Amino acid sequence: MKLKKVYELGQKIATREAYGNALKEFGAEYPLVVLDADLSKSTKTSVFQKEFPDRHFNCGIAESNMIAVAAGLAAAGKIPFASSFAMFAAGRAFEQVRNSVGYPHLNVKIGATHAGITVGEDGATHQCNEDLALMRVIPGMTVINPSDAAEARAAVLAAIRHDGPCYLRFGRLAVPVIHDEDDYEFVLGRGETLCESENDQVTIVATGIMVEPALAAQKLLVSEGVSARVVNIHTIKPLDEELIARAARETGAIVTAEEHSVIGGLGSAVAEAVCACRPVPVLRVGVQDTFGCSGPAKELLSVFGLDADAIVQKALAAIRLK
Amino acid sequence: MTQQELAKLHNLATDIRIGALTCVHSASSGHPGGSLSIADLLAYLYFRELRIDPKNPRDPDRDRLVLSKGHTCPALYAALAYRGYFDPKLLNTFRHVDSILQGHPDMKHIPGVDMSAGSLGQGVSAACGMALAAKIDHKDYRVYAIMGDGEQEEGEVWEAAMFAAHHKLNNLCVIVDFNGLQIDGKITEVLNPTPLDEKYRAFGFNVISINGHDFQEMERAFAAAKESDKPTMILAKCVKGKGVSFMEDRYEWHGTAPNDEQYTAAVRELNDARM
Repeated sequence: MKLKKVYELGQKIATREAYGNALKEFGAEYPLVVLDADLSKSTKTSVFQKEFPDRHFNCGIAESNMIAVAAGLAAAGKIPFASSFAMFAAGRAFEQVRNSVGYPHLNVKIGATHAGITVGEDGATHQCNEDLALMRVIPGMTVINPSDAAEARAAVLAAIRHDGPCYLRFGRLAVPVIHDEDDYEFVLGRGETLCESENDQVTIVATGIMVEPALAAQKLLVSEGVSARVVNIHTIKPLDEELIARAARETGAIVTAEEHSVIGGLGSAVAEAVCACRPVPVLRVGVQDTFGCSGPAKELLSVFGLDADAIVQKALAAIRLK
Repeated sequence: MTQQELAKLHNLATDIRIGALTCVHSASSGHPGGSLSIADLLAYLYFRELRIDPKNPRDPDRDRLVLSKGHTCPALYAALAYRGYFDPKLLNTFRHVDSILQGHPDMKHIPGVDMSAGSLGQGVSAACGMALAAKIDHKDYRVYAIMGDGEQEEGEVWEAAMFAAHHKLNNLCVIVDFNGLQIDGKITEVLNPTPLDEKYRAFGFNVISINGHDFQEMERAFAAAKESDKPTMILAKCVKGKGVSFMEDRYEWHGTAPNDEQYTAAVRELNDARM
């Protein structure tokens, strides 16, 4: 579906802001009930709360209960959005998500903000680099990781219209809008090819805030004489395996890029798909098997090798492996 | 309640007890002790208290019951079967491959099951969500949740208790099967959660203590719960294994199936006690 333009191309805004705005925007039309765990000003569900105070409930610092309350609301016909930081929504409440939401396949939407290391100064305890892995492994769970505010907005609507459990991942850091809403259609489960040519030597498959540096890497590779395809995977599950298979077949090498552990997230999902259809080298840019640390978000991105330069290096290495 | 009504409930509870034992015996697996413990409560709830229609199990205006102590679903399945949700013959398929009667309640496949449960502490939270939905929609249905006393050791139970009281869910009635035993032994020896009445009162609940095998006390308690402006906790003193002398008050029967001989003896004893 296409939406009337709200965000300007290049505008810097965090996806969590777009999440709060989207809840408010679509809250009038849909029977949303929003739950938060004492973080509404950070998760931005406070934006919804201001408009619809009767449908916003604070669960206090009790995420396990919040997720199962959301399950009960869904069982009674509501469309609940339960929000907290990714660390607590997917981490602390994992078993509630698995048993009370996933197993009965209830229509619960988990809006998890502050994902990845761009949480920044709060450090490792709050930087969740494992949520995609945790949510992806639950049968029937849809997992969405938007790349910018425009995609985040569209993803919220897609999640509302989808009947079943969804995990939506949002970030704290302001990132540029890279999608022109006048010319953008979000389709759940469908990857988006951002640039391609017949001579592509490698495909960069990126998700979330790593899509923008993937595009920058593509330009840097051009100056090295390398033609790279760029694919945005906003839906980690179900994965657009057809698009991945085509990239493997046509370009013969893949680099994945995500603000998440290289274990269990996009890189793993892509590698699994590629192994099953057309084995080619798959190199993964992401947080290595380590915890994060405190620091300004932007500095951390370069410290942990989550930038265009790292993608370029991995792309060249992947091509050498062909 | 007339003597006739009391006798009818007693005999329905006997059906539920035999049905629960049939489940566990057919599977050679399951939880008889806690199932027998809550059989009288389920008989009262499903045959006298709940506003439900087995022909329309998904009626949005129905009362809900969440068996948070999901491992005692043999009793729940027997109650649902005898209430008309499905053929009691299915009780013989409990925990078998291809049966709808899963080892713990499964709302996706079993008519009448309002919430999948079994991982302790979660069902009561889901019941809070259902009660909240009723408040949002200005509907008058009520939500019941049955918990174990050992289950009170789960932290989530107290998160849910805070939530229910804070959001004034007086349409929620939780029942604690206070039989004093859990898998590893006496609750007071494993990790003592008592005094439960004082704790729930401090959490903002309307607390009513009853004998969990006395239908007249149930009638008074459930009626009082409806008058409360707070969520209600009914602390039901029960006997684990109730009705089968060799199972009564023995934690060894928490999760052990009776063999053929024990099953036959148990069914005979229960039938002999019919009114």
